Amino acid sequence: MSIFSRMVAVATGLLLASSLAVAQTPYTDDSVYQGLGGKEGIKKIVDTFIPLVLADPRIKDNFADFDMEQLNVRLQEQFCEFAGGPCKYTGKYRDKTMDGVGTVRDMTTVHQDLKITNAMFNALTEDLQIAMERHNVPNSVANKLVAKLAPMQRAIVTK
Amino acid sequence: MNHSTSKPALALSILLALATINATAQSQAAPDMGKLLATGGVSQVEGAGGGGIVPWALITGYGTRDSWGANAHYTYVSTQDYKLDTYGVAIGLADRVELSVASQTFKGSLAPLDNLNIKQDILGVKVKLVGDAVYEQDSWLPQIAVGAMYKDNKGIKGLGALGVTNVTQLGAKEDKGYDYYVAATKILLEQSLLLNLTLRATQANQMGLLGFGGDQGDSRKIMPEVSAAYLVNRHLAVGAEYRRKPHNLGVDPEKAYYDAFLAWFPTKHVSVTAAYANLGKITVFNPKTQRGLYLSVQTGF
Repeated sequence: MSIFSRMVAVATGLLLASSLAVAQTPYTDDSVYQGLGGKEGIKKIVDTFIPLVLADPRIKDNFADFDMEQLNVRLQEQFCEFAGGPCKYTGKYRDKTMDGVGTVRDMTTVHQDLKITNAMFNALTEDLQIAMERHNVPNSVANKLVAKLAPMQRAIVTK
Repeated sequence: MNHSTSKPALALSILLALATINATAQSQAAPDMGKLLATGGVSQVEGAGGGGIVPWALITGYGTRDSWGANAHYTYVSTQDYKLDTYGVAIGLADRVELSVASQTFKGSLAPLDNLNIKQDILGVKVKLVGDAVYEQDSWLPQIAVGAMYKDNKGIKGLGALGVTNVTQLGAKEDKGYDYYVAATKILLEQSLLLNLTLRATQANQMGLLGFGGDQGDSRKIMPEVSAAYLVNRHLAVGAEYRRKPHNLGVDPEKAYYDAFLAWFPTKHVSVTAAYANLGKITVFNPKTQRGLYLSVQTGF
């Protein structure tokens, strides 16, 4: 067998091994939740995160039509649940309309028309990392939260 | 290049050419610097994106799949009796294809090799096949890439008194050679770890600085190379690497390189890597294990 075929065989082996994919589920213990400072800490992080996003020239235009108060609450719920805290993330966002009865959308449909790129997704991630740094979240805890959010790239990045 | 390597080399060349055309088409935008800090790696000692001595599956630079990135680097390694300078440039297209050019100069500082000067040029190409080291945190799938390096040893200076001007006079079969590799890189954010395994098919002696093949062996052998790094924060990684090498030359008792490194990424434009490197023994005429400082600076986007 040539060396090239052997290398392809090795790569195939790695691929097969990787088919034992792990589902993206919240942490079962609350150490990350505690590391983020509990509900209060998560609220502070999100309250810092959102202004960073709205001031970030790479992504602020994407949020022009969004109900930021609703987004703030959803993000708190989501971070709290992923972190193993006592919260329930519904994942539902109601479009901002004058009469307050906009369409209710989920993670995929809320992003589908926004043409989000990997660069934008990463910019948002950076802003969250900075928000956590500002609240002295240890890097190992911050990375654990980002680990739960990173696979959402598949639903969010549509371009 | 002998017949046994021409078919895989051709297959690889076609794959690389197709991937490059595709990646070029996708990356005609302005540089977006869109990847997360440090996720392009640094420049390894042969010019590829990676750690200090091991090429990784990460594509160099900060361009995402919609863009491109590029960088230049300078690396200095100094042991008791030798010095190695490397400089080069690399480009990452569409976070898919990486092209690199590097030039190495290896010098001796201990008589009778105090005038020794060996130069080698290296052309590298790498293509990401599957996986994403960053996003796929819910899967065990690493980012996997294949690559090739063409190494052209430019000859030996400083041994003129012995009439030695080419590595083939030291026992090497060739003064040019190809390395082929497959690399798998995984960033485990939950553990703040980066892990890499590279398998390299090579017949190079001291990366090619002492030529390719020799009296102890001339066939390409598959050598493992591993890296592990802990991500201290967004700007700092600390880790270690091991690179096994073939032993083809009777006068060169080589076995492996090791290093322990600290890589600092103050911004996406600059990284500085400092390491303690162990290059092992270089020649039977000098029994000292060569150890010393490794310093590398990369700048780009």
